Amino acid sequence: MDPVLNSGDTAWMLISTALVVLMTVPGVALFYGGLTKRTNVLNTMFMSLVAFAITSIIWVLYGYPLAFGSESLLGFVGSPANILTAVGVDQLATLAPTIPEFVYIAFQMTFAAITIALISGALVERMKFSSWLAFIPLWLTLVYLPIAHWVWGGGWLFQLGALDFAGGTVVHINSGVAALALALLLGKRKDPKLLPHNLGYSVIGAALLWFGWFGFNAGSALTASGLAGSAFLVTNTAAAAAMISWIIIDYFKTGKPTLLGGISGAVAGLVAITPAAGFVTVQAAIIIGLVTSVVSYFAISFLKSKLGYDDALDVFGIHGMSGVWGALATGLFAAPFINALGTGAFYGNPGQIVTQAIAVLAVAGYSFVATLLLGKVIDKTIGLRVDEREEIEGLDTHLHEESGYRI
Amino acid sequence: MKEILAIIRPNKLDEVKNALEEMGCHGMTITDVKGRGRQLGVTESYRGSDYRIDLLPKIKLEIIVQDEEVSLVVDTIVKTAQTGDIGDGKIFISPVEEVVRIRTGERGDKAV
Repeated sequence: MDPVLNSGDTAWMLISTALVVLMTVPGVALFYGGLTKRTNVLNTMFMSLVAFAITSIIWVLYGYPLAFGSESLLGFVGSPANILTAVGVDQLATLAPTIPEFVYIAFQMTFAAITIALISGALVERMKFSSWLAFIPLWLTLVYLPIAHWVWGGGWLFQLGALDFAGGTVVHINSGVAALALALLLGKRKDPKLLPHNLGYSVIGAALLWFGWFGFNAGSALTASGLAGSAFLVTNTAAAAAMISWIIIDYFKTGKPTLLGGISGAVAGLVAITPAAGFVTVQAAIIIGLVTSVVSYFAISFLKSKLGYDDALDVFGIHGMSGVWGALATGLFAAPFINALGTGAFYGNPGQIVTQAIAVLAVAGYSFVATLLLGKVIDKTIGLRVDEREEIEGLDTHLHEESGYRI
Repeated sequence: MKEILAIIRPNKLDEVKNALEEMGCHGMTITDVKGRGRQLGVTESYRGSDYRIDLLPKIKLEIIVQDEEVSLVVDTIVKTAQTGDIGDGKIFISPVEEVVRIRTGERGDKAV
């Protein structure tokens, strides 16, 4: 039977696409902006916004066909021949056969954009804006497009049967590990304290992320269906469980529940449920959420100081580590009665956990090495880091001749 | 003429202001300031890391009064701004050489 356009699916996917846009501009921008020093708030927000703009252009020029085009180069990346294929207005997407391809192009564009915006959190308060502008198109082309192709676009991990419903590997492990690689290259800030200058911004940002995440995860069902409803519900469940879990850890570690802990937990829960959203039950989502805050808290309070990297806003700690946990948990909890495409270890398919581990290692390994090399090249040519004086006095006035606050 | 410069707890501002107004002392300039004395600071905790915040927010009041009003104003501030705990602040009193009202150009006591 030939595929037929479904207007319900199409309407939901248009809305989902707009919801994911809300996550980057202004969600990530506000979440990160509030956590930095007052002299760097504009630069921090700008990094997310400009990442969105540049990705938007590259995506329609050559990004989409290289990640999702029908011809594959050995499962590694879409064939350049795809770029020349014109898309008709009424053409339906191969990977989502009830919606127009234009809708699918826009939906996938928002995922690429937020992945790069997320990386910026590890680099803030010390990176040259010019090198960030150079990094965005290069990283998108050399790292994001291949990995999106491997996992979603019909590439080798897709063929292998790796499960990633909405981007645990492609978006979160990828951005978290790339953030770690660049943070290592950039080195420590002069003043690495995390003293949020306006935590209220971060609360609004986290709330927008939570809201937009329904487009991200439930939209990844690619249909307005029961599966989308299931993904929607487990997304919210995991976020809530992780928020509560982080608050409890806070209480035992420092004696007081903190709001930053609460929103960090919520984001960690959203990250962890991302790969699992269309595969697991609400009971599994509660476990995934409760555990993920422990994983990210450990990474931030122990691993970071032990290894000494300056992941400014904990992109690796939250997105990288909770992404790994979520990807592995998908291999454990995927329930065939939720989604026939995924059966996890607890439902008689222990091999899935191996497949998930391969996907985690492949994505993390490629992202780390490729980002390190790319960062090195930018460091040698443009230079990654701002002058000492610019760093101390703040990036807003030095790099943009603007300031976020006036007396 | 004297200047009374008082550093007080931010949450005491309304009480102090109302008490001064009741005794007929309306004019004042206030500023948000940060500082420290014996109250060494507080601890804040973000994502499991503790930071000592050693400059605390205070309110600075500047009031210019006639010499004979000084003790009454100072007593009122002490009485209303006091909690008895470390961190209540301080009052500094110093002479003022000249006062000019910009609107009329009046000088001296008339301009206070």
